[in-house]
Amino acid sequence: MSLKGTAAAIGIGELKPFKEPGDLTALAMMGTVAAEAIADAGLEKRDIDGFLVGVPFSDPGMIYPGVAAEVMGINPRMLNQVDIGGASAAGMIWRAAAAIHAGMCSAVLCLMADVNKVGDQRVPTVSVQREFELPYGNIGANCGYAMIAHRHMHEYGTTARQMAKVAVDQRRSALKNPLATFNERPLTIDEVLNSRMIVDPLHLYEIVSPVSGGAAVVVASAEIAKRAKHPPVWILGAGEYSNHSTITYAPSLTTSPIVPAAEAAFAMAGLKPTDMDFVCPYDCYTITVIVTLEDAGFCKKGQGGPFVMEHDLGYDGDFPCNTHGGQLSFGQAGLAGGMSHVTEAIRQLMGRGEGRQVKNAALGYVNGNGGIMSEQASLILERRS
Amino acid sequence: MSEYLKPLPKPTPISRPFWEAARRHELMLQRCEACGAFIHYPRPRCPNCFSDRLEWRRASGRGTVYSYTVVRRASSRAFADAPYVLAIVELAEGPRMTTNIVATPEKVRIGTPVEVYFDDVTPDHTLVKFKPA
Repeated sequence: MSLKGTAAAIGIGELKPFKEPGDLTALAMMGTVAAEAIADAGLEKRDIDGFLVGVPFSDPGMIYPGVAAEVMGINPRMLNQVDIGGASAAGMIWRAAAAIHAGMCSAVLCLMADVNKVGDQRVPTVSVQREFELPYGNIGANCGYAMIAHRHMHEYGTTARQMAKVAVDQRRSALKNPLATFNERPLTIDEVLNSRMIVDPLHLYEIVSPVSGGAAVVVASAEIAKRAKHPPVWILGAGEYSNHSTITYAPSLTTSPIVPAAEAAFAMAGLKPTDMDFVCPYDCYTITVIVTLEDAGFCKKGQGGPFVMEHDLGYDGDFPCNTHGGQLSFGQAGLAGGMSHVTEAIRQLMGRGEGRQVKNAALGYVNGNGGIMSEQASLILERRS
Repeated sequence: MSEYLKPLPKPTPISRPFWEAARRHELMLQRCEACGAFIHYPRPRCPNCFSDRLEWRRASGRGTVYSYTVVRRASSRAFADAPYVLAIVELAEGPRMTTNIVATPEKVRIGTPVEVYFDDVTPDHTLVKFKPA
C-alpha cells in the first residue's frame, strides 16, 4: 500500500509575515489563512472534513485541535495536532493524504499560525532537556546548529563562504516574492560574513528571523481534486524519520535522519533526486540546506559546500532552491515557517510563481526539519501535464 | 557572593546518582549490564538494548571536544554573561555529553583533549564541566 498519487494539495493560504503583530492572535490568523486556502481550493468550509493543526507557542493548550475547529466552526471526521517541530508542515501533508487514502475523510485543512513579539523568549523543553541542556546554556536551536556547522567544517572542509552563499542566492529569489519579509535589497557573501557573529560559526544573516504569520493548505481526494480551481499538486512520495532530539545524542552531527526520510519518499514516488525541477529544503540556518542537499542525495556526502558554490540556487538558476527566499528571507512564523516551503512548492507546481516561476516546474522536493536536525519529513510533489 | 540565576538541574529518581556524584566531584555514568554500553544522560532503560539492568560506574573524566560553539548572544536573559563555550564532549567511555569548556575560546578546537571540572555553582548544585587537559 502506498500513498502515491492518491491525494493532492489543491488550495493554499498564507500571510505576509510581520514583525509587529499588534492585537492579532494565532487563532485570528488561522481563520484568515484557512478561509483563503478553502476559497483557493474552490471549496466551502462545510467541505472540510479533516483537520490537522500545529499548536502555536503563543497560545498553547490541551486538546488544541478541537478548540481551533470549534472557533472556525469546522466539524471534522479526523482531527489531530502534528508536533514534530519544523517538520510538522510536511508531516501534515502526508498524514492528510494517509487519512484520505484510508477513507477517514476527503478534504483536510492543514493549518498553522503563530504570533511572535519582539523579545519573546520561548524555551519549551521536556524535563530531561531542562536537566541536562539548559544549565549549560544549550538553549534554543542556535547552539545545536552551530555545533553541527563546526563539525561539518571539521569533517568536510566546508567553509563560511559556502554557507553564506545559500542565504545570498535565496535572497535573490526573495526579491521577487512580495510576501517575503526581506525582499527589498540583495545580499552579498561579504555582507553575510560581516554580519554579527551570534553562535560561532553562524552569523546573524545565516539564522532565521522570528516573525508572526500563518499558512494553510487544503489536501483533498482525487475526486475532489478534479473540480479544484487550480491544477492539483499530487503527493507522489513521502518519508519520515527521527533518531534523536538533542543533537548531542545523535548518532552523527553531520549525517541527519533526512537520509532514510528522503530515500523513502523517492522510493514511494519511483523517482530520484535528478528528476526534481526544484527543491524546497527547510532552512532555519544556512548549514541546514547544505546537510539536506547531501542527505537527500542531490550531491555526495560532504560535497554540499562546493555544490552550492557551483550551482545557482536562484529561481532562474540551474538548481532552484527555496524560490520564496527560504525562511532566511521569508521569516519564520513559528511552525508556519515550515509550511512556507510547502506552499512555495505548491505555487511553483500550480504555475503561480509569478516573477520567480521556475520554468516547466513539474516535480519538486520538499523537506521539513524539526528540532536540531531531529525530525525529518520529505515530500515529492507533482503537477501532472 | 551574588545569587546564581541560571537554570539548575532538578534531579529525578533516575538521575539523582549522577548529580550526587557530581557534588562529591565524581563523574558517574550508567552502564548497561546486558549489552555493556555506557549511557549518558541517565535513562530508565538502556536506549540500545532496552534492558533495565543498569548500574552506575565511575568514569575516567577524560574526553575530547566533539564539537563546540562560542555563544556570543544567548537566547535567554539568564545567560546574558555570554560569551561562553558550549560543547559536546565525547567521553573516553563513549557517550557524548553537553557541557561547557571552562577556557577562553581560543583554547578550544574540535579534538582538544579535556578533563572533567566540577563547578560548584551553588552550595547544593555542582555542574559537570570540562577544561583542556
